[in-house]
Amino acid sequence: MAAKRSVIPFGPQHPVLPEPIHIDLVTEDEKVIEAIPSIGFVHRGLEHLVTKKDFGEMVYVAERICGICSFGHGYGYVDAIEHIMNIEPTNRAKYIRTLLFELSRMHSHILWLGLMADAFGFESLFMETWKYREKVLDMLEAATGGRVIFSIMRIGGLRKDVPDEVLQGFLPGLDEIEEGIKACEKAFLSDPAVLSRLKGVGYLSKEDAIDLGCEGPFLRASGVARDNRTSGYAAYGDMDFEVITSDDGDSYGRCYVRIQEIYQSAGIVRQCIEKMPKEGIYVPIKGFPNGEYMTIIEQPRGGACYYVHASGKKFIERMRVRTPTFANIPALAKTLQGCDVADVPILVVTIDPCISCTER
Amino acid sequence: MAFANFTKTELKNLFKKPATEKYPEGPATFKDATRGHIANNMDTCVLCSVCQMRCPTGAITVDRKAQTWTIRPFSCIQCRRCVDNCPKKSLSMEIEYTKPDVEKSQMVFELSEKQKAMLAEQARQAAERVAAAMEERKKAASAKQAKEDPKK
Repeated sequence: MAAKRSVIPFGPQHPVLPEPIHIDLVTEDEKVIEAIPSIGFVHRGLEHLVTKKDFGEMVYVAERICGICSFGHGYGYVDAIEHIMNIEPTNRAKYIRTLLFELSRMHSHILWLGLMADAFGFESLFMETWKYREKVLDMLEAATGGRVIFSIMRIGGLRKDVPDEVLQGFLPGLDEIEEGIKACEKAFLSDPAVLSRLKGVGYLSKEDAIDLGCEGPFLRASGVARDNRTSGYAAYGDMDFEVITSDDGDSYGRCYVRIQEIYQSAGIVRQCIEKMPKEGIYVPIKGFPNGEYMTIIEQPRGGACYYVHASGKKFIERMRVRTPTFANIPALAKTLQGCDVADVPILVVTIDPCISCTER
Repeated sequence: MAFANFTKTELKNLFKKPATEKYPEGPATFKDATRGHIANNMDTCVLCSVCQMRCPTGAITVDRKAQTWTIRPFSCIQCRRCVDNCPKKSLSMEIEYTKPDVEKSQMVFELSEKQKAMLAEQARQAAERVAAAMEERKKAASAKQAKEDPKK
């Protein structure tokens, strides 16, 4: 006799996630047969604000789309406007942007490692990883004055220069973070108790990852080497870094990719500090933007698209953001099929969901 | 041993001082660049209202009649836009955060006596200039009238 099917709701409030996503889990005994996700609990209408705030002020709103990838959202908006207005920021501005972008990526990935440790119940590992995240936040605070919202982006460059002495001061901190993450890496990638929760859980094949339009570390963990940073926006063209991939395709692979990306990011930050050009940080702008542009950048969670349509007025007509979490939700539903109910929180965390970004 | 991977780190942490600060028992530390809160030097402020116009969240209110400058710290997003745009460099970004509160308070700054006297003097001079200009205009008008109609 076939087991009786029942539907278990997951979220919108769930201890593993501070953000609201709702998933209806169709289960048979302890196995998930189907997962039906639904979002839309924290829509704030931030894209529409573009018609109410002038295009310079909108940078602050764009940064507030998300607290974790705030720098990336500010960058995406500013990049689109700069392309519309044909402004080329100075090299120093580009380098500082790249540096801050990579520090944000490190902070996001370390935060994710902590959340992951929390999801499988390893509290001391969670606290240990967040200890190093705090060091990254200290660097961001020393550079910009803010811990999560930086308010340093400006159309045409940056609002504030980061002195070279401050940048040089980051180098010992980076070594310390790398050393600390190496100690945590052992726990994540070789501890048998942790491996039993990660290995083979939530497998997603390379073909499925491509078909379902995955993004970021979730895609790279399935063996697809796609990273928008290789297109060379900002100063990434001058940087030497590897695109990390894993052939595991499971939760372990996603953990591995993110840990290795922290080291790559630290490497890019070092290169930025080493090659930092000495020049101005701001190119004055004239007039209002007129035209449209779509840009794609690599956020910590994956590729994010920013579309801006302006018509030569103070207010922009339309802005649209496609965030990586939105692209990863169909693949999440796929990976949840056939998993145990106990593994659902871990699998939801492995896509690094950012629901506030997704719903804006 | 694989399962003891993290034990070493945990043991080390036992003998280290805490990574966190004991706030509010001890003082909180801030970076030099920290954007904590906005302060206004009322000895140099001229209540020009540029900060009020530039503030993206409308947290600043300038009342020229009452000669006060008000900020609502709970609406302020610490973007530094007012500081960058202040023509008298009277606004500054302090590194400490404002104290927690149980209601949405506001900080009211009253213009200093020196500035009040300066603004009053400026207003008096402006009124004098206006009066002089009006007098001039009146004279010119009467002279013009006399020229056009010499019989009168």
